[in-house]
Amino acid sequence: MIDIKENKLARSKQRKQAIAFAIFRVLSYSIVAILFIILTFIIMKGVKVINWNFITQMPEEGMTKGGIYPAIIGTLCLVAGSMIFAFPIGVLAAIYMNEYVKDGIAKKIIKQMTNNLAGIPSIVFGLFGMSLFVNKLHFGDSILAGSLTLGLLALPVVIRTTEEALKAVDNTFRQASLGLGATKWQTTRRVVLPISFPNIITGLILAIGRVSGETAPILFTVAAYFLPKLPTSIFDQAMALPYHLYVISTSGTNIEESRPIAYGTAMVLIIIVLIANLLANGLRKYFGNKVKMN
Amino acid sequence: MYKIESKNVDFFYGTSQALKNINIAIMQNTVTALIGPSGCGKSTYLRLFNRMNDLIGNTKLTGQILIDGEDIYAKGVNVDSLRKNVGMVFQKPNPFPKTIFENVAYGLRVNGVTDKKLIEERVETSIKQVVLWDEVKDKLKKSAFELSGGQQQRLCIARALAIQPSVILMDEPTSALDPISTSKVEELIYELKSKYTIVIVTHNMQQAGRVSDTTAFFYMGELIEYDNTKTIFTNPKIERTQNYITGRFG
Repeated sequence: MIDIKENKLARSKQRKQAIAFAIFRVLSYSIVAILFIILTFIIMKGVKVINWNFITQMPEEGMTKGGIYPAIIGTLCLVAGSMIFAFPIGVLAAIYMNEYVKDGIAKKIIKQMTNNLAGIPSIVFGLFGMSLFVNKLHFGDSILAGSLTLGLLALPVVIRTTEEALKAVDNTFRQASLGLGATKWQTTRRVVLPISFPNIITGLILAIGRVSGETAPILFTVAAYFLPKLPTSIFDQAMALPYHLYVISTSGTNIEESRPIAYGTAMVLIIIVLIANLLANGLRKYFGNKVKMN
Repeated sequence: MYKIESKNVDFFYGTSQALKNINIAIMQNTVTALIGPSGCGKSTYLRLFNRMNDLIGNTKLTGQILIDGEDIYAKGVNVDSLRKNVGMVFQKPNPFPKTIFENVAYGLRVNGVTDKKLIEERVETSIKQVVLWDEVKDKLKKSAFELSGGQQQRLCIARALAIQPSVILMDEPTSALDPISTSKVEELIYELKSKYTIVIVTHNMQQAGRVSDTTAFFYMGELIEYDNTKTIFTNPKIERTQNYITGRFG
């Protein structure tokens, strides 16, 4: 006869499980709550100033009135510039590391250095960017110098996410391709990359999110306190959202009066990152489907 | 002349020896089964024939493996060309995330075939060879993932056939398949024998008995016995072979 009745041991096991899951549940939802609180806070404070003029007009009256158009454009330029630099290099480095180098010293060194690069404080990147790009290479305070500095910062993110994406590709696909006489490069290009592409795109977007919010690296390399005009070339200075936020909250002409604009700026910044994330999801799904049908 | 010859082959993963002094000679247009308990080295041995083990770092091979009399580990051998001649089918069906057509065309494309008509012809012949044509001819542009496991495995065989290899290696090709699909693949192996030399690793004794002409029994990295399948299964010379085949160990 089997004993399937409720007993003391069974009850105690159940209770322990219930308690454990209750704790996990609370903690998980608290993450959602934190995000929700931040978002509501920013939106409540910022939504008042947001209108068409705010995102299409120049700042006015010592940045206490008017819009943040040049800062939006500046940030978009910097994001694009840094990605043009970091994305190809990062992806190629990750391919090299994951597909070509056999396990050994060389791979360990590259990996360790990538991790170290990720650990460098962003203000140090800023300082380095200033001494190398701005001064040594004579780019001056410019979108080019800022983009390169931000690109350096984004590199480890791109490398790491790309590597993860490549690792997720089942080895049997590689073996099948190589087994048909394909070279490693053919295998990478025709089989591995198409499969991992959706995840690589996710890495790109994560990097964009990281880059668009950084203040320290652009501080000495590109960011302008106030510019009455838009940049016309990559050698121009530019305003940028995070720096603008910093300026009007700490050293503006009238900090109290510019407070609403600060929240508005924060909200625009968040929205840009949010759009990037949604775009990432969309692209991921799109390419994910395409991979199957290709 | 033998199609495949293995002379005094030792193989090491780092310092651990996976294969000890393996000598085998395989005739053309035969099916050879490699059997033995897990970890005996039979899969490692199979992967020497298309140099798949090259992909793993820190391995060492001594001795010679000859295909058509050519030492495939000699200097100046191009591994990609070798693999074009020695096709492989894997344990789990692993079609690429591409269309059925593109899966079979893949080997041709990576080997530089651009003639559209030739590719179409070869794809059709190869799929017909694995008796899959009637099932897929109307959905060649559909994803290979829409096929059943058994169909996928036959597609993988077609993919290997498309580049016209002379040797086909099969690493437990039916271990992930249901009995009906398994028997289809077995029939196929029997059919393919007339054109190709086939080496198959299998855990399934009955399968080895059904499809192969010669059988090699491996144990702990050593080749214990290598003979006609019939002899191995009815009258093995070594007791350990007998014990394994009758299921007393392994």
